[in-house]
Amino acid sequence: MAMSDEAGSSRARRVGGLAWVRGLVGVVTFLLMAEVLSVAGVISRSALPPISTVLGQAVLLLGNTQFLGDLAATIEAWAVGLAITVAVGVPLGLVLGSVPGVRSATRAVVEFLRPIPPVALIPLVALVVGPGLRMNLTLIVYAAIWPVLFNTIYGLDDVDPVAKQTLRAFGFGPFEVTRRVCLPAAAPFIATGIRVASSIALIVSIAIGILTGRIDGNGIGAFISDANTAGNINPVLAAALWAGVLGLALNALLLWAERRVLPWHHAYLDEAEAAR
Amino acid sequence: MNQTTAKAMRWLGRWLVLAAGILAWQEWAGWRRSAFFPPPSAIGARMYHLWFSGPVSHLALTSSAIGNILPSLARVAVGLGIAVAVGAPAGIAIGRSAAVSGYLDPLLHFGRSLPAVALVTVFIVLFKLGDQMEVAYIAFGTVWPILVNTIDGARTVDPLQVETARVFRLSAGQRLTKLIVPATMPKFFAGLRISLSLSLVLMVIAELTGSTDGIGYLMNNASNSYEMTEVWAGIVLLGVLGYALNAALLGVEHHVLAWHRGARRLTN
Repeated sequence: MAMSDEAGSSRARRVGGLAWVRGLVGVVTFLLMAEVLSVAGVISRSALPPISTVLGQAVLLLGNTQFLGDLAATIEAWAVGLAITVAVGVPLGLVLGSVPGVRSATRAVVEFLRPIPPVALIPLVALVVGPGLRMNLTLIVYAAIWPVLFNTIYGLDDVDPVAKQTLRAFGFGPFEVTRRVCLPAAAPFIATGIRVASSIALIVSIAIGILTGRIDGNGIGAFISDANTAGNINPVLAAALWAGVLGLALNALLLWAERRVLPWHHAYLDEAEAAR
Repeated sequence: MNQTTAKAMRWLGRWLVLAAGILAWQEWAGWRRSAFFPPPSAIGARMYHLWFSGPVSHLALTSSAIGNILPSLARVAVGLGIAVAVGAPAGIAIGRSAAVSGYLDPLLHFGRSLPAVALVTVFIVLFKLGDQMEVAYIAFGTVWPILVNTIDGARTVDPLQVETARVFRLSAGQRLTKLIVPATMPKFFAGLRISLSLSLVLMVIAELTGSTDGIGYLMNNASNSYEMTEVWAGIVLLGVLGYALNAALLGVEHHVLAWHRGARRLTN
């Protein structure tokens, strides 16, 4: 790096400040434009309420115990679903990725299963496991497992073969080689897969609620479904807004966790970013 | 020759495993007689009867296939087409300008994280029930991965190459078509692949919620009347369609990005 560290960091701070200002200007401009278009009648008010109404409704929802309960239920379904996904997906990926033959043999099966939209499985899963949280979790895991599985497999491709051979030469068994070399090397890939899986898990749990209503338990989806039935578009938009915020927050949470768990990887990434 | 044989063997093995899985399912279903898991032969027969036993003049498609499968595919195609037509140029414009992307970044992040599934009723109110609403819904939902990936690709075009193009006095238009667009393509395709699988999900949601035809509509009817074999027929059809569409896209990508693989091989 040609730049001294001090100059680099002050420049980074200035760029960061500018990005903040620009981002804020962008958001405010968008809100004003949306409001003006709506008030001027370009967007029909009956179809899409003004953005100020939606934002007001979103704030009101924070005092709505039903909505807060639904929010908590969605987060619970997300957390449990993602935990199962990781607990199943990573070991499965390790097996598929490290046992030669298994991966290519199962590819056709996987390639047919993966494109089936999880929402298309609702009628089947509802009948087989019954409605409620269990159905929710089954579909979340089905939908979210693919990125975890594939990223684990791709991560294993990236493992330094010399490191593996070295450990083998020192007499470590396949389990120890996986634990000491393969898993750490694949960890950044797995982390990315988990973040993709997280957003899928959230969206699937909300989608199920919207399509099937409260019989599958509480959640933001059930809240939106109730508002749909009542014909209220305002709470639908406000709840969707919070769902978006929740998605961003959960992503930020996972990124933070990733930095804590894989500090070496992020130090490397930041350096690559600074060098660019 | 040896390599080709090995490749063919792997390919054969893959399909043999699939065939063995289907056969095992067939045996198991015959033995268990579960109402939820009909044997594959019954599902296949139902699919043939429902959709593929039509007159030769219609490519063997039945009226149900023409009235439901084709409209679904058309909605996906038009919706994705709009998403590409909007997302790719906008992505390049935003990605090439630090200022514009600075203004739009938070909005784009938020737009992408808005769950399109939650907004299906909003689209019904805005566009009324029908093709228009479903196409708009698919386009809205699928534009984000294309947009975000294209922005990323356009932003990370090698600055050295851009400078070189300037030194050689390529006009702005030439720089765009000869350097920036090709360099953005790999990321664009990565986004398009996500959008393609997303488009099937959105199609099913739109058709489950408010439609009088389409694959989702058929599945809704089947599950309401507890016709498990028909539900399975829909699931298998969606799996096959997803596989075929993905394979077609990979084929196009392979063709378009041939230069990219060549360049990668050189550096490796």
